Amino acid sequence: MAVEERNLIAPGAGLTAAPPVVGRFSDFVYQLRGNPATFAGLFIVVVIVLSALLGPVLARYDPYAVDLGQSAVGPSLAHPFGTDQYGEDILTRVVVAARLDLFMVLSAVGASMLIGVALGALAGFFGRFFDEGIMRSQDVLQAFPRFVFAMAVAWALGPGIVTVIVATAAINIPGYARLMRSLMLSVKETQFALAAVAVGNSRWRLLWRHLLPNCLTPIIVLSTLQCGFTILEAAGLSFIGLGVRVPQAEWGVMIAMGLQDFLQGHWWIYTFPGLAIAFAVLGFNLLGDGLQDILDPKRRRV
Amino acid sequence: MGSTRLLLYAARRILLIVPVLLVALFLTFALTRIVPGNPVDRVAGPYISLERRAELKHIAYLDRPFYEQFALYLRDLSQGKMGTSYTTAQDVSKDLRQRFPATFELVTYAMLFAVAVALPLGISAAIKKDSWIDSIARAVSVLGVSMPIFWLGLMLLYVFFYFLGWLPGPVGRTGSAIRFAEPITGFLTIDALLKGDFDLFLKAVQALILPCFTLGFVAMAPIARMTRAVMAEALQSDYVRTARSLGLPFRVVVLRHALKNALIPILTITAAVYGYALGGEVLVEIIFAWPGLGQYSYNALLSSDFPAIQGFVLLVTFVYMVIYLALDIATAALDPRVKY
Repeated sequence: MAVEERNLIAPGAGLTAAPPVVGRFSDFVYQLRGNPATFAGLFIVVVIVLSALLGPVLARYDPYAVDLGQSAVGPSLAHPFGTDQYGEDILTRVVVAARLDLFMVLSAVGASMLIGVALGALAGFFGRFFDEGIMRSQDVLQAFPRFVFAMAVAWALGPGIVTVIVATAAINIPGYARLMRSLMLSVKETQFALAAVAVGNSRWRLLWRHLLPNCLTPIIVLSTLQCGFTILEAAGLSFIGLGVRVPQAEWGVMIAMGLQDFLQGHWWIYTFPGLAIAFAVLGFNLLGDGLQDILDPKRRRV
Repeated sequence: MGSTRLLLYAARRILLIVPVLLVALFLTFALTRIVPGNPVDRVAGPYISLERRAELKHIAYLDRPFYEQFALYLRDLSQGKMGTSYTTAQDVSKDLRQRFPATFELVTYAMLFAVAVALPLGISAAIKKDSWIDSIARAVSVLGVSMPIFWLGLMLLYVFFYFLGWLPGPVGRTGSAIRFAEPITGFLTIDALLKGDFDLFLKAVQALILPCFTLGFVAMAPIARMTRAVMAEALQSDYVRTARSLGLPFRVVVLRHALKNALIPILTITAAVYGYALGGEVLVEIIFAWPGLGQYSYNALLSSDFPAIQGFVLLVTFVYMVIYLALDIATAALDPRVKY
């Protein structure tokens, strides 16, 4: 408690390179009302999260119930999205897959955020040797085209859920490191940083309690946008067989199953999982763009 | 920037590529070596004798320590050898050379299409904010980054090939087995015209439409979005207001003043998008059975053909680096503020 107070009293505590908007909930709602696209994004993300949480409860069928008598049946009342080659209900699988896809994506984005932010903060805060070493390593990572690098990593690790997480996390790290480094470079020159040093904070404490929290807003925006990209890349890896494998209900895998039946004209097998991906990515993109507007004091509604 | 200084900058920038390329090379090499189990055992079926396995391992240097393998790999690479592919039984560099033109043609046309649509779209959207064209630009840029590229390709194939029957299906570059014994440029469309084979030209164009549109649409979105954003900012700037108040025609102000200042961020995003296209291209080639590098790498991944995987990653990364190099040099030439 006393610690919190000292931070507040520190001169210029509220002044940062990018002033944080301490969003009260009502203010957030107000901002959303002026921004229908963001509201749509938030709505979509909530729907995805709900189906990830409640999917297995809501589903009418077992996502892995093989019924060869009902193989590749088009959309009907009993199966609104149709069934796949094994007679599994596609609507059920699309809804249930949200859990796995969201889990992989959030794990990957979370891991790359932790690593990338730590690397970027060290590079920006300590400079010199740290900066050179860390940023050159990021240069090398960024020298590869993203998806190609993810493919190589996924292949080396062999198929599986962990593979998808590691491969997609690896390609997101440089983005975080670069952003964090530039934020750290500007925020460490601010008056409140100087003041925090002047009142006797240690370097680690300065970094951890004063500088890092003031860099979080852009990091949150980036993470939301990264979620969108990562859904696409995770699905892409599974689509080419390097990620999650066939019986598993996962959006990319389901599209790959549709590809096998393409010449039979079974369009529903790949159409609906693809729509689910597009819908989810759209949600994260709209929300990310909106958060950028809402959290940026220069662009927000007054 | 003076031309000699620009040349010096370019030379230094090219030299800077070397260490990054070497580390990237090492990383690629290491990735293909951390695979559990010996690659030969992974590829060879149960009917290959132990002696033959040992022989294969010896040929691929796999019976030596890691650092020795890497040194030998570098030595071979400097002689233009990338190792023998397990599936095509010829040197990977030869495989890549054979498949490169198909990919290059596809990616080039797709990127040209993307830029040709994205620039006018972004500029018009910036000029007429909140008009119908702005709505289209926003819809395109948000949809383009949200759709999985392999799904978009499948949907287009379903509509235009399976349902309407207007365009050829997923059968590669021409829809038939026609191939030139000696390609001139490697671009099938250009080669066909040069040889006066109009029929082949039409076939090649028809086969290109869907894959190009698929790749181009996804590439277009970020470029249109960036163009709209930077042009909108440029149009509100003081220098544009001054130019307009001096009575310059609006066209001239937009194209000569605003666009020139907005060009660098547009070029930067285009280079970044090229990197996405090089990855997305793999997925597009799989969908359309395009006989290029992506298809090759896909088969290599499926059959654990590790010299081929290594070669593919290396080549694509090299191409990507060259694009960024070109971008940096173009930026330096365009922007007098860049320090070098």
